[in-house]
Amino acid sequence: MTRRPILLAMLDGKGAIFLGVLAALAVLVPLSNLFLPETSPLHVPTYAVSLLGKYLSYALLALALDLVWGYCGILSLGHGAFFALGGYAMGMYLMRQIGPRGVYGHPVLPDFMVFLNWQELPWYWSGFDIFPFAALMVLAVPGLLAFVFGWLAFRSRVTGVYLSIITQAMTFALMLAFFRNDMGLGGNNGLTDFKDILGFSVQAQGTRLALFVATVIALALGYGVARYMVTSTYGKVLVAIRDAESRTRFLGYRVEHYKLVAFTVSAMMAGVAGALYVPQVGIINPSEFSPANSIEAVVWVAVGGRGTLVGAALGAVVVNMAKSWLTGALPELWLFALGALFIVVTLYLPKGIVGTLAEWREKRQATATAKPAGIAAEAAE
Amino acid sequence: MPRLLCLLLALACGLLAAPVRAAPADAGEALTLIASGRFPDIEKGVDLLARSGDARTQAIIEALRDGRLAVAADKRVVIEGANGGWSDAATGEALAEAPPSPKAVRLNNRIRRAVEAALGALTLMAPDAAARRQAAEAVFRSRDATALATLDEAIAREEVAGIRRLMGEARAAILLGDAGASDLQKIEAVDILATRADQDALALLRAAAAQGSPTVREAAEGAITAVERRLAVLSMLQNVWYGLSLGSVLLLAAIGLAITFGVMGIINMAHGEMVMIGAYTTFVIQELARTHAPGLFDWTLPVAIPMAFLVAALVGAAIERGIIRHLYGRPLETLLATWGVSLILQQAVRSLFGPSNREVGAPSYMAGAFDLGGLTITYGRLWIVVFSLAVFAALIVALKATSFGLKIRAVTQNRRMAASMGIRTPWVDTMAFALGSGIAGVAGVALSQIDNVSPNLGQSYIVDSFMVVVFGGVGNLWGTLVSALTLGIANKFLEPFAGAVLGKILLLVFLILFIQKRPRGLFALKGRAVEA
Repeated sequence: MTRRPILLAMLDGKGAIFLGVLAALAVLVPLSNLFLPETSPLHVPTYAVSLLGKYLSYALLALALDLVWGYCGILSLGHGAFFALGGYAMGMYLMRQIGPRGVYGHPVLPDFMVFLNWQELPWYWSGFDIFPFAALMVLAVPGLLAFVFGWLAFRSRVTGVYLSIITQAMTFALMLAFFRNDMGLGGNNGLTDFKDILGFSVQAQGTRLALFVATVIALALGYGVARYMVTSTYGKVLVAIRDAESRTRFLGYRVEHYKLVAFTVSAMMAGVAGALYVPQVGIINPSEFSPANSIEAVVWVAVGGRGTLVGAALGAVVVNMAKSWLTGALPELWLFALGALFIVVTLYLPKGIVGTLAEWREKRQATATAKPAGIAAEAAE
Repeated sequence: MPRLLCLLLALACGLLAAPVRAAPADAGEALTLIASGRFPDIEKGVDLLARSGDARTQAIIEALRDGRLAVAADKRVVIEGANGGWSDAATGEALAEAPPSPKAVRLNNRIRRAVEAALGALTLMAPDAAARRQAAEAVFRSRDATALATLDEAIAREEVAGIRRLMGEARAAILLGDAGASDLQKIEAVDILATRADQDALALLRAAAAQGSPTVREAAEGAITAVERRLAVLSMLQNVWYGLSLGSVLLLAAIGLAITFGVMGIINMAHGEMVMIGAYTTFVIQELARTHAPGLFDWTLPVAIPMAFLVAALVGAAIERGIIRHLYGRPLETLLATWGVSLILQQAVRSLFGPSNREVGAPSYMAGAFDLGGLTITYGRLWIVVFSLAVFAALIVALKATSFGLKIRAVTQNRRMAASMGIRTPWVDTMAFALGSGIAGVAGVALSQIDNVSPNLGQSYIVDSFMVVVFGGVGNLWGTLVSALTLGIANKFLEPFAGAVLGKILLLVFLILFIQKRPRGLFALKGRAVEA
């Protein structure tokens, strides 16, 4: 009975709605896809299921980014790198599952290695044919990178824009590295032509539904973890660091430890997002590391509402839906729209969609209870 | 200026070539000998003609070789043209009517040899210095032993030191491979080739070291080590030069950012797009010059520099007034908003000019290369190095010696104090940002000469530029200079060991680690603030 208050404290109104929507998605989308006739307006075609799954894995990435940016003030311009590393770990597992069914029919080596005349599998590919190991790597590789990177950066008190710039340099360096054929990870073509995951064909309808449901569950779990972190005492310190880092340090908190935990957990969440993204999209290549992708993820968070968690996920889905629609209908306009979004959100919507809605509601409540205007303004801040 | 240089060069060539062109009187005598019809006289005549240096020599001897040289009944020597017409051999004038009963000049093997030698010598002794140089290089490569006699004579007559040296090298190359040459000659040849000290000479020396008598072999081996050492030094110098050149590109790209980010503290992610705008301004000006005034093409770059500055500065001022002004004190938001601006600018340029690369031509003075003690230095790179240093110097002067610069420094050091002193701080912000953007535009003019002008031009420089500024120390222009050149040279020295891409990755990793050690860069401004 001691767990109830914690869970209740974690679950506020926004969170309840969010988890409710996720639960509804997890149940209704597969049902509609399987049982409604294709002519029905409510039928969700299989390709749309994968598309939705892709948006939700982006949402998990946005959630991870919001944890560090929204609550800890670390603007990472390199979260795409953790996402892509998780994706590569999953991609390597999927490549090993192809086995002798590749174009060249080699029993062990993936096609691109046969093409490059490699004789044996590099050491870092070993173990990736076992799913639990690959799943561990999905968490461990981004987590380890974030830990080492963060340990170095936070220890020497690299903050603010400097941190942003070196995270950008990190993902840029990784992009260059992964573009090299010598890395043994497919060069600029990346990893693709996946066949099976856990013995099921990745193309099959059932697998796609299962992947979608897995993504929904991962997003819900990610939300739970992030929410647990930010509502705990630890989260309070995190927010204190965001608002006044030096003061928190002078109060006796080991600021770098708090930051490092948040950064590492966030990177692992981004890795999971990448791992769920890859089988649903069918390819992972080095362009996922490009600095532009990471910055785009930042704008999802900004649009949805920084420091709200739910808003980050919402922003990712809304922006990506707009992107899918605009790049199809008016491809010329997409970059204009995205650029304008960056400017408008930072200038006029600094709290994002969710933050602004919450502000309105608070104002309405304030006027309804006839409180003095000064308190409402204070609350709005 | 380049034209004046060309004129001087042409004059110098003419002066030097003049003595070679002497004694035109010989040509007439030679033709009389050729007209005699006796083989020994014809041979003598060919020889004489070859040495005459007469402008017609080549045409006459080629006609003789092809059997188109004939002697008319009136003893005039005539040439039969390819289309059946006739011309006078001595003057080259076309004849109105066919000459009376022309008889082709007969050849025997001795004369044929004389003709071949004369033709080879003609180019080696041609009045045109470039032709002589080319001929000497051709002999160096072919190492044809029959050319030796001509070469000796050409060396004796050559007045241009550089070409004489080249001919000497060609002679040495022939002697070294010639089984008939004495050891003494060969050792002399080794010495000459050792001074040439390039890959060709090295190959020749290696061949000599593999065969030949022990003394020659010893001399050749000694020369090989000397040449190899020299080549190693040269390749290091070449690397330093390439590094400086890359460093100056980095400097150009980063120097505007050193103002906006370094001095003002604004994270301008659209900085790369200012560079791109500068490059496209150059493109537009060149297009206008191509269609309206093709003769003025060489002037497009000098015109493009102020234009690019103006265009980029205007765009920069608009960005500052429209967006950045509202975000002062919120650096992370500034970063995002300017990123949005960069996306919009990219797409705008893509819609206006198309997504493909645009061709920006190089004016004549940017083309070509020259040789500096074995280093090949292209004029394009040299101009960019000079230009980037000039821009840097101009910026230093603007900041340190003008009242505008004083105001910028005052505002960045203590905004409120500066405002109380009556400085219009918002105006200074706008102007300083416009200055930084304008300099990025000027960098675009230079970068258009060495990079593809496409909407993505700026993207490729943004990470590098930030790295340069952060490495050098924010707010320190000299730091930016040192950092750009250091990074450029380090990059070029890493390339041979690690390859271009891995070298760059290593450098980025190094920079990331460096920032951990010295978060405020190489030359950090000293201060006591907890949060700068």
